[in-house]
Amino acid sequence: MSNTVELKNIEALLREVTDPEIPVLSIMDMGVVRDIEQNGKALLVKITPTYSGCPAMDTIATDIKLKMDAAGFDTTVKLVLAPAWTTDWITENGRRELEKYGIAAPLDETSDKHALIDGKRIVKCTNCGSTNTKMVSQFGSTACKALFQCEDCLEPFDYFKCLK
Amino acid sequence: MKDKLYEYILMLGDNSMILGHRLSELCGHGPSLETDIALTNISLDLFGQVRSYFQYAAELKGDGATEDTIASLRFDRDFRNVILVEQPNTDFAYVIGRQFLFDAFHLPLLEQLMNSNDETIAAIAAKSIKESRYHLRFSSSWVKRLGDGTEESHQRMQAAINHLFPFVSELFRETKIEKEMKELGIGADLSLIKTSFNQKIKEVFEEATLEIPDTPSRQTNGKTGIHTEQMGFILAEFQYMQRAYPNMTW
Ligand SMILES: [Zn+2]
Repeated sequence: MSNTVELKNIEALLREVTDPEIPVLSIMDMGVVRDIEQNGKALLVKITPTYSGCPAMDTIATDIKLKMDAAGFDTTVKLVLAPAWTTDWITENGRRELEKYGIAAPLDETSDKHALIDGKRIVKCTNCGSTNTKMVSQFGSTACKALFQCEDCLEPFDYFKCLK
Repeated sequence: MKDKLYEYILMLGDNSMILGHRLSELCGHGPSLETDIALTNISLDLFGQVRSYFQYAAELKGDGATEDTIASLRFDRDFRNVILVEQPNTDFAYVIGRQFLFDAFHLPLLEQLMNSNDETIAAIAAKSIKESRYHLRFSSSWVKRLGDGTEESHQRMQAAINHLFPFVSELFRETKIEKEMKELGIGADLSLIKTSFNQKIKEVFEEATLEIPDTPSRQTNGKTGIHTEQMGFILAEFQYMQRAYPNMTW
């Protein structure tokens, strides 16, 4: 069983590992790390994929192993599928980081549908804050995002779709 | 039992692999940037699902099998996908029609598999269904847009549906393995899926002003390994590197 101090250190180190496609977002804030088991030098980190085809997962697994092995652990990274990841697991801090980076954070499920299907103007522009925005494409630069454009400042931006 | 489960996993995974490959052929060739990105994103989702299925299949098979050997070293007769997903990207209406018919089947399939007695299948389904909801949303909205669009788009969407519809019956024709898996509580009940499928088709076609074709169904048997001539071309492209340079890695 790991003691709390050690666990805090491990979490702090994992916080330095980021999603290669959204480098401002730590995997801890993304909600990808599901469990940490430590027994002496042996460390097991369980992660879950955001989207099944997400090409970032292999890189994240490698980055975790490199980082933790460098800190003296013998690390195993295990991919777990259940329970399936949801955008609800992105932390408050993670949402703020996303917005600062120029990606609108996911809305709740109902509002998400309104924005993506009914074309309601509720997604906030990450540049000027206006909600006078329209969806350009349901699929954006990656499967997890949709492409929006602000009609006030004309900024095109990504919206992180709600996944439940 | 293990062999049968293995084959059932292939039925699930091969559909996603072959359709995912067909969609990947459109990378850089979509009719617009938006649809190009959407179709390749859907392809990526499907390949993600394939990886989960094949990793599980490799575990069951043992004997040094990996997700890659299952994808790249089987011959056409060993594939268990339905004929619908082999159909070529004739034009955008065919691509959308094929996608819609598959999605309308895939979603209720995954809904059932989420409650499978097999934990891994249930987990893969619970993960996949979130993505497949977006796929159906995309494909059904395009069926409506093309069907209820211009005279030309309507006629071409209807032509695609007329061509593809005879392949639908195979989705619901239960094979021995599917029957056994259903009885064990591992696999899905195709008759229930058929009901949701028909309802979805009716609803979307009505809005799209399209007719449900009454052409006779084809007696296709992709699920037992009998494929069309398309399959050889698909695998030739997909498997080329592993066949030409055995055991090569990136
Ligand atoms: Zn703006």
